Amino acid sequence: MSTVASLTRATLAKDLRLEWRSKDAINSMLFFSLLVVVIFSFSFDPTAEESRHIAGGLVWVAFLFAAVVALNQTWAREMRNQVLDAYRVSPAPPNALFLAKVIGNFIFVTVLQALMTPLFIVFYNLRALGPAYQLPIVAALGTWAMVVNGTFFAAMSLRTRSREIMLPLLLFPISIPALLAMVEATGAILTGEFSARFWIVLLAAYDVVFTIASLFLFGFVLQAE
Amino acid sequence: MPPASDLPPVSAAVVVAGLVKQFGRFAALRGVNAQFAPGRLYAILGDNGAGKTTLLRALAGLTPPTRGSISMLGTTDLRSVCGQLGYMAHPSLLYEEMSGMENLGYFARLYDVKNSDQRCADVIRAVKLDPSLTRPVGQYSQGMRQRMSLARALLNDPKILLLDEPFSNVDLRSARGMVNLLTGLRAAGKTIFVVTHQASLLEGAADEFVWMEAGQIVSRTSDLQHQETR
Repeated sequence: MSTVASLTRATLAKDLRLEWRSKDAINSMLFFSLLVVVIFSFSFDPTAEESRHIAGGLVWVAFLFAAVVALNQTWAREMRNQVLDAYRVSPAPPNALFLAKVIGNFIFVTVLQALMTPLFIVFYNLRALGPAYQLPIVAALGTWAMVVNGTFFAAMSLRTRSREIMLPLLLFPISIPALLAMVEATGAILTGEFSARFWIVLLAAYDVVFTIASLFLFGFVLQAE
Repeated sequence: MPPASDLPPVSAAVVVAGLVKQFGRFAALRGVNAQFAPGRLYAILGDNGAGKTTLLRALAGLTPPTRGSISMLGTTDLRSVCGQLGYMAHPSLLYEEMSGMENLGYFARLYDVKNSDQRCADVIRAVKLDPSLTRPVGQYSQGMRQRMSLARALLNDPKILLLDEPFSNVDLRSARGMVNLLTGLRAAGKTIFVVTHQASLLEGAADEFVWMEAGQIVSRTSDLQHQETR
């Protein structure tokens, strides 16, 4: 266990260092989300009340699409010079690599959310009428749901010819329950019309199930040709 | 399967039996049978597409065989001995945005190398590079990358070294330096497999030249001249 934790830390530190130097993932995600915010704000001109109803969907769809950019980058980096093979021939456990990638992607998407949320608030004139303290919980659980599945399916589509297309095809259908929970919970908090508790519990359960399943299956994905 | 460290000494470091590897309908390896003794340097030769790289990847555990078996250091569970393998591929297996020391520092963690900073510096010096070089590997010349890649393969002090085209794009002087290093490692008891198209570099250094053709080992000789006139 301590080996997994120590190797997860080492791999995460390496990934953060690589991202700090290249800024591949964060720049692409930022520009993508910025475009979504601006285009949507020109396309719709909602009142504050309407915004509260549609913002959950807008925000999470924007973050989901932006996350796909980061998810593709995270493994593309390992494919350059076939560095992934160096990990595969080492005695290091596959789960350490997977966890490091998930935590790294979680950090990248969280940074993106921290930068983009103020813009969403300004452009869509948002203010929570429900319990606002639940928003960070929904954000954390929703982001984990996106990145844990995304990291797993990005690894699965790694050796396919058109992996940029393959990832959304695999990821989006399986993310529907999580996306629904994120959108409904966010909508509930912003409008204050109903409780978000059920959707938060659903998100938490989704995270637990898919994290365990991904950890269990990742070794097979890593060793596949 | 017992761990490799608990196994008695073996007479053959690597035993390959009936190894077949198919990619779709194409058979890259067609029933390879061979035994390789420990502490020897094997040059694996052959034309493009002969199956050299596939054999090396199979030995490294990267390409699971379609049929047949590989026994390494007395076990067929290659995962249990992967810590005692060093693998150098045709691509560098290095992160281009990090320096040589940073790269090796990370891989040292994967192999749980003790006193890793010292070990990283030692293997970098062994391949005639400077450990204090801070520029990223992406800015290295191709030859420097090859040598850093060899340093990475040596990091865990492996018992078996699998090297795919280690001399490609390396100048003659550096390549001879690499051969001297390999000769020293062989003398220290390492079993070394070198896939190369520059067999003449290994003349006098390799114990055996293993010639592959169409996915099979067709001859094994101790003399390169003899092999080339087959």
